[in-house]
Amino acid sequence: MHLYNLTLQPPTAITQAIVGNFSGARQQEIIVARGTRLELLRPDVQTGKVSTVIASDVFGSIRSLTAFRLTGGTKDYAIVGSDSGRIVILDYDPKTSSFVKIHQETYGKSGARRIIPGQYIAADPKGRSVMIAAMEKAKLVYILNRDAAANLTISSPLEAHKNNSIIHHIVGLDVGFENPTFAALEVDYSEADQDPTGEAFNNAEKLLTYYELDLGLNHVVRKWSEPTDPRANLLVQVPGGQLASSDRYDGPSGVLVCCEDHIIYRHMDAPQHRVPIPRRRHPLEDKERGLLITSAVMHKMKGAFFFLLQSEEGDLYKVTIEHDEQDVRALKIKYFDTVPVASSLCILKSGFLFVAAEFGNHHLYQFQKLGDDDNEPEFSSTMYPNFGMDTPTIALPPAYFRPRGLDNLTLVDELESLDAIVDAKVVNLLPNSDSPQIFAACGRGGRSTLRMLRHGLDVEEVVSSDLPGIPNAVWTTKLKEDDPHDSYIILSFVNGTLVLSIGETIEEVQDTGFLSSSPTLAVQQLGTSALLQVHPHGIRHVLSDRRVNEWRVPQGKTIVCATTNRRQVVVALSSAELVYFELDLEGQLNEYQERKAMGSTVLAMSVGEVPEGRQRTPFLAVGCEDQTVRIISLDPESTLETISLQALTSPPSSICIADMLDAGINKIQPTMFVNIGLQNGVLLRTVLDPINGQLTDTRTRFLGTRPIKLIRVQVQRNPGILALSSRSWLNYTHQNLMHFTPLIFENLDYAWSFSAELCPEGLIGISGSVLRIFQIPKLGTKLKQDSIPLSYTPRKMIPHPSNGYFYIIEGDHRVMGEEAKQKKLEELTRQGKKIDEEMLNLPPEVFGRPKAPAGTWASGIHIVSPVDAKTINFVPLDNNESAFSIAVVPFAAQGGELTLVVGTAQDTFLAPRSCTSGFLRTYRFVDDGRGLELLHKTETNDVPLAVMAFQGRLIAGVGKALRLYDIGKKKLLRKVENKNFGCAIVTLNTQGSRILVGDMQESVYYAVYKAPENRLLVFADDSQPRWVTATTMVDYFTVAAGDRFGNVFVNRLDAKVSDQVDEDPTGAGILHEKGLLMGAPHKTQMLAHFHVGDIVTSITKVALVAGGREVLLYTGLHGTIGILVPFVSKEDVDFISTLEQHMRTEQISLVGRDHLAWRGYYVPVKAVVDGDLCETFARLPASKQSSIANELDRTVGEVLKKLEQLRVTASGF
Amino acid sequence: MSSELRYTANTQLEHLHARYTGTGHADLTKYEWLTHQHRDTLSSIVGHPTLTSYLAIADGEAIGRVKFEMCERMLQPCGPPPAKDD
Repeated sequence: MHLYNLTLQPPTAITQAIVGNFSGARQQEIIVARGTRLELLRPDVQTGKVSTVIASDVFGSIRSLTAFRLTGGTKDYAIVGSDSGRIVILDYDPKTSSFVKIHQETYGKSGARRIIPGQYIAADPKGRSVMIAAMEKAKLVYILNRDAAANLTISSPLEAHKNNSIIHHIVGLDVGFENPTFAALEVDYSEADQDPTGEAFNNAEKLLTYYELDLGLNHVVRKWSEPTDPRANLLVQVPGGQLASSDRYDGPSGVLVCCEDHIIYRHMDAPQHRVPIPRRRHPLEDKERGLLITSAVMHKMKGAFFFLLQSEEGDLYKVTIEHDEQDVRALKIKYFDTVPVASSLCILKSGFLFVAAEFGNHHLYQFQKLGDDDNEPEFSSTMYPNFGMDTPTIALPPAYFRPRGLDNLTLVDELESLDAIVDAKVVNLLPNSDSPQIFAACGRGGRSTLRMLRHGLDVEEVVSSDLPGIPNAVWTTKLKEDDPHDSYIILSFVNGTLVLSIGETIEEVQDTGFLSSSPTLAVQQLGTSALLQVHPHGIRHVLSDRRVNEWRVPQGKTIVCATTNRRQVVVALSSAELVYFELDLEGQLNEYQERKAMGSTVLAMSVGEVPEGRQRTPFLAVGCEDQTVRIISLDPESTLETISLQALTSPPSSICIADMLDAGINKIQPTMFVNIGLQNGVLLRTVLDPINGQLTDTRTRFLGTRPIKLIRVQVQRNPGILALSSRSWLNYTHQNLMHFTPLIFENLDYAWSFSAELCPEGLIGISGSVLRIFQIPKLGTKLKQDSIPLSYTPRKMIPHPSNGYFYIIEGDHRVMGEEAKQKKLEELTRQGKKIDEEMLNLPPEVFGRPKAPAGTWASGIHIVSPVDAKTINFVPLDNNESAFSIAVVPFAAQGGELTLVVGTAQDTFLAPRSCTSGFLRTYRFVDDGRGLELLHKTETNDVPLAVMAFQGRLIAGVGKALRLYDIGKKKLLRKVENKNFGCAIVTLNTQGSRILVGDMQESVYYAVYKAPENRLLVFADDSQPRWVTATTMVDYFTVAAGDRFGNVFVNRLDAKVSDQVDEDPTGAGILHEKGLLMGAPHKTQMLAHFHVGDIVTSITKVALVAGGREVLLYTGLHGTIGILVPFVSKEDVDFISTLEQHMRTEQISLVGRDHLAWRGYYVPVKAVVDGDLCETFARLPASKQSSIANELDRTVGEVLKKLEQLRVTASGF
Repeated sequence: MSSELRYTANTQLEHLHARYTGTGHADLTKYEWLTHQHRDTLSSIVGHPTLTSYLAIADGEAIGRVKFEMCERMLQPCGPPPAKDD
């Protein structure tokens, strides 16, 4: 078996975001790290919409990121710390729209190790040096400078190591133009390691240390080191240094030390200031619990600065420092607003706040005000004795605020993120859909959603209106060449033509010069200011002064087909003749003296647009009934001569020539594509050679069951093609690469571009008798998302086999359930405390829920109808129980009646795993599945993490034990048990009497149930430990699984062993077989192994294309959706693996990670080709492409075609 | 041990141990070994964004809190060292 890994949807989580002028222009951009990808986002200052400029897979794990600007420079660079053991400086080149590696310095081994730097990175604000640090001990300082040619240079590293010390955070200090200084938060463990009494551990100090880079001596010295709060976690730079122009100081310099519950201002030889972090005054707050700051951002404005700090609850605090030159007078903090908990915050100079959420959608906010004069209570260090540092070991009295809706910020844009896909199912639930949808349970806590993902582009309808009849076609046209927008909509009916004018309203107009008594074949804005209408009996050339020049068809003939552009018109007559017209320089339409006989009825024709600065386009494509397409010259020297011919498999229904940019074929100039739609629903895309007119590089695609109509449209001011069949598809160029994606919209019969003031980039289409104007808001996306909000973090879900509902179990740790909440509130009322109802009713999707101590759970079963995007019911669990597993079981003892079994546990603690009792809750479906009726609860001794239906009974993994249950009147009845599993059973799969058991740490066991003897026996297991997260059976012998470290692998059992086990009727043979390597008697063999880089949370074997092959679709925690496609032939394997080898030598990883090492992070990659790497072939420079293609004995086109074919046949994407 | 160290091993071993924290030696106690293992594991969890997300979801804490608690645990992941006999 050989597999091809292809990412359909790259990870959508943002682990870090930085802001800067990366393109060197005035506008600020955001670079985000999405775990294994780097993306440049550009927020539009006018509209507030964020668009992705480039996205690049780095084939490594990005751990830290910082923006860096050389002294006096105007352009920012990005410095990346990763698991490659290298520091990389990236430059964004706007010309080629790509990241360029300027420096890559190796300093250590690869991998996310304890003492290899890469975890933290801090830049000197004046742009002279950068520090990169590890989790422990190692800190390296690089000096950055520019050479004579103004190129960025990097020095060799200077060490600032400190043995036996754990680094919590580092930050660059703002010291102006004095020697660059970095502050680090460190804990030394050497004494604690030696002291058996534990006293040294209790007294361990967290040190704030300044490291100064002496630029004169080229040496790093430890300048200052003082103990600070032992629960400090984050440092924030405070502006400082003198301005060059005046003697004024920008700020006091130093750092803010964010600790649990406090913020401390700290600087060498300066008094400290401490303020408490205000807490929410919530009736259910856990007063014992500390509050941490998890992200922070500092913003400098003219002559002022402020900080926004975010707590782990999502509350933003505005922190300001009152200072007199270098002396701090007061540190002040107040509540600002509440936004989702962020992994990074970025403030843009244009007044936006970008919140890269740690889970769920990312938000862009606009500042309305800075919270300067509101009534929020402000806490200042001057309110406390000795600026709050009187007794640093004792906490300040708690400060409180009331959270409220957004006041200082408004939401302007949202970036969809699937981040934290906890479980997913791939099924086809939609009527009239031939391909399955992906249902992903996403997010965390109150922001959780169930999302339905469909392949296709989201369409936004602007207007729709009913028409008096059913039109055949629709066009829009401008009146003059340089009009910004369209003026007329022309509708052609069977017996007439209707012209509508576009203005404030859309209304019918009469005196347009168009013939209204006859249908229309083509409409064109001709020359500078004329219009053209082609109807079956002639051509009307409407001049700007409404004069009409008409050309009539000879008696007895009609026009059957026409194609036009700004200067050329070609019509085909019913006598199979072509008539060619061209606009001369006086604006007169002239007929070419000869007519061309085609010999077969013309079905479709197309000419391309006139190229910029030319008189005409030299090629005409004509499709005839005899199943051919001919390219005919329109060049004055060889007018109407046939140049080339292509045979087809079916008569053509539509042809469209378009010049589109595809960087895979030609990076600079658009390529001329001839798209041929056939009557059987197949689309052929060929490249027309502009020199000799030959058709080459044919690619085919099946679009739908109806004959195809092709229409040239404008997409983002570039040509695109709309292909209409039983589905509508859009072919367009995005980020220089060609995309071909279906539209998720009603079937269209005809469509055209539409441009008006309110909808500048729209499309107009007809479906039946309805006219629809629509636009496509999210170009470049491949999956449309529809989401349904959930209550708590989803854990697992299961579709009902018949009614189309999903049953989702949800559970949140450290959150009180409704029942516990009521109890606590009653107790509080009894104590005579007043309950603040308003705080209780804060929406949890915005503010989260108050945190409770560990071991507290809120959980329930959510019934959702995904097709209607509706919640049907929510069944909460009581007694501090939380649900961990779910199954629909047709119990044979009850005649196969469907029963829902939910595995729950009471008072669960996670590490070490424990609970007072586990339960198997058995529910009956009532009201056609809309409700659940609890039949009974069966106690178990451990948490049931996996349950599954098995031969009309229930099989459950309870801790280390696998048990078979049958249904009883008051309980489930235990039939048989096997408790020899490694750690805890997390997944179950079955076929026949075989059960595949995934263990939390010990990979997948093969077990069998022998009914005659009532035995559950393990007969095979894996030879290596695996922390399994998701499994699926590929076939009776084979299992595909994902593990916690981001690997997917495929294991197979020997067929001989399988037969032997199946033939043994009682299982006595297995029972008495000798174990191998302290495990089962047989071992499975690893067939394939691959490091995805994201934790795989579900694997499904499914065919994504109607009639296509089955593939393995996996989802990853960070939002990855990928597929593993089996290769069909040995030739394909050889070809693609050789291509992969060549691509590896190109060293394209932006973080400098070796590709082979990355894909074989934990276990060497085996029998899997990285399709993502292979597809970057399209982005290589042309010379590289051709040299690789040469080595493979293919042309570049053939390589690209093969890659596209692999993607399309497997996924349809 | 790499070949360059074969002859100078004794003189430089100590230096190398100081340089490469976490390297084992013949007299390593169980406690030391375990502590190294835990510190390596904890720093690996903090260093892999997917693992921190995974733990944060399971535990119902913010990612920042998970990272912080992991870092804190690195100070003494396996409790105080056993008392020495001599």
